[in-house]
Amino acid sequence: MDEKRVCTGRYFMMGNVACAEGAMAAGCEFAAGYPITPATEVANHLAEKLPQVGGAFFQMEDEISSIAAVIGASWAGKKAMTVTSGPGISLMLENIGFAIGVETPCVIVNVQRGAPSTGMPTIGIQGDMVQAKHGSHGDYEIIALCPSSPQEMFEHTVIAFNYAEKYRTPVFLLSDAFVGHMREEVVIPEADKIKTIYRKIPELGTDPLKLKGFLDENVAPMPIFGKGFKAHVTSSCHDEYGKRNLIDISALDKFVRKLSDKILKHKEEITLVERDYEGAEVVLVSYGGVSRAAAEAVLQARKKGIAAGTLRLITVWPFPGEEIEKMARKAKHVIVLENNLGQIYPYIKAEAAHFSEVSFLPPKLVGEIQDPEDILKKIEEISK
Amino acid sequence: MGRTEILIGGVGGQGVVLSGILLGTAASLYDGKQAVQTQSYSSELRGGSARAEVIISEQRVTDPEVRKADILILMAEDAVGRYLPKIKPGGLLVIDSDLVKGVKPGEYEILSVPATSIADKEMNNIVVANLIILGALLKKTGLLSIASMEKAIEVSVPQKAKALNLKAFQRGLELT
Repeated sequence: MDEKRVCTGRYFMMGNVACAEGAMAAGCEFAAGYPITPATEVANHLAEKLPQVGGAFFQMEDEISSIAAVIGASWAGKKAMTVTSGPGISLMLENIGFAIGVETPCVIVNVQRGAPSTGMPTIGIQGDMVQAKHGSHGDYEIIALCPSSPQEMFEHTVIAFNYAEKYRTPVFLLSDAFVGHMREEVVIPEADKIKTIYRKIPELGTDPLKLKGFLDENVAPMPIFGKGFKAHVTSSCHDEYGKRNLIDISALDKFVRKLSDKILKHKEEITLVERDYEGAEVVLVSYGGVSRAAAEAVLQARKKGIAAGTLRLITVWPFPGEEIEKMARKAKHVIVLENNLGQIYPYIKAEAAHFSEVSFLPPKLVGEIQDPEDILKKIEEISK
Repeated sequence: MGRTEILIGGVGGQGVVLSGILLGTAASLYDGKQAVQTQSYSSELRGGSARAEVIISEQRVTDPEVRKADILILMAEDAVGRYLPKIKPGGLLVIDSDLVKGVKPGEYEILSVPATSIADKEMNNIVVANLIILGALLKKTGLLSIASMEKAIEVSVPQKAKALNLKAFQRGLELT
């Protein structure tokens, strides 16, 4: 990657700024957005830095046009992203569905804030977890990463771009106000240590009638605009050539299945987790900032001789059910921790409850991640 | 020293968040420690409520929330009711005594700093009251080295405000 893009060094950096630096390092060329607390610092930083490397940041009139501009830029062959918070995602959902339907690589950063509605802007909650997966209509799979620190805001943004390009799909970075506004040590490596991926495109000069640019489980090459590919891009049901078909049910079946299978077939290589539950009877399952409180609670539990462990989901979508099952087969008790009222809990329970006791420990105050002392109490209670 | 939790409460415009950034930067980049700083504030640019949290530790900070503050800094009367219950028994309560009047003695040590009036009279600018408080805090606790904090000020505040901020910090060091 271009050295001008990579701000190698050691910093005390805000998560949102680290996210923007990650985007730069990943090769982002275009970003569009509409300001919203607590996501604005990402946009500000990109607006400053993208033009320095020949890229562009557009402040659009709203979130709907922001995601539309990102989709357009991506189809013009640019690595593209948008950044917003929950209220903005709600507005973007229609076009996010479009991006999924026509297989558009892009990164969508959601710095989640107190919700529903306009809620509380600078308080982080994990309130939009299921929205990322099911917000738009229809059956589809999505990829979503959950960073827990400014360092990971950098690293996960790079991964998000790589996944978006590799699997030709929108990828969510599900941060929140707590992590986005958090400052901590961030180490940005040298440019040649950062792996970047660029989407496959068809061979130039391919006959348009023979160009299969869609619906391949192994990811079709993307017939981007401006290279003379003459592809047909429609959000309506289409075949692998991009040709519209609004009558054959078999075409719809293929449309729905291939889009999902493209992600599900590669689930194992997409899934990222942190496992620290060897020999543990009680396992805490969490993601994002909450996983740091979970790690602290387990540290204290082990000091007391309790066999406790953690499983941290880094990718929450596609849902890593196999990882949950593998863990639950060995554990006696599973405690799920989220900074919400239990959004991913039902998914975890569905995979784990056949093998172990599963419970949910909500935060005492939604918006403040669980106190390790309270988690420890719960561990002691159930391991008696 | 294991883990020190610091909570700063005030109103927007007082440099509450900047104080947090300075403590975190000094600890993390110049004092060989680990630090996490977080923040929250209401939407008003000035006059709304503002809060910054800093955790300084010898090891990597796992839990990033301030649970019970070892050091609580209050810069507005409004912050007293909101944050005083968060101080650890035996903790240090630092107040801007020009603005915070409603603190009663309790299970904490009080460091009372007339920061706003000093900033107003001696520097003709009340916005650096936060730096006077940081100076007094460091002098009192030895939490971080003075050189580290001065470096943090150098890299964190705008060029034209550096001299004033450094002066305010150094004035704070003379107070206790």
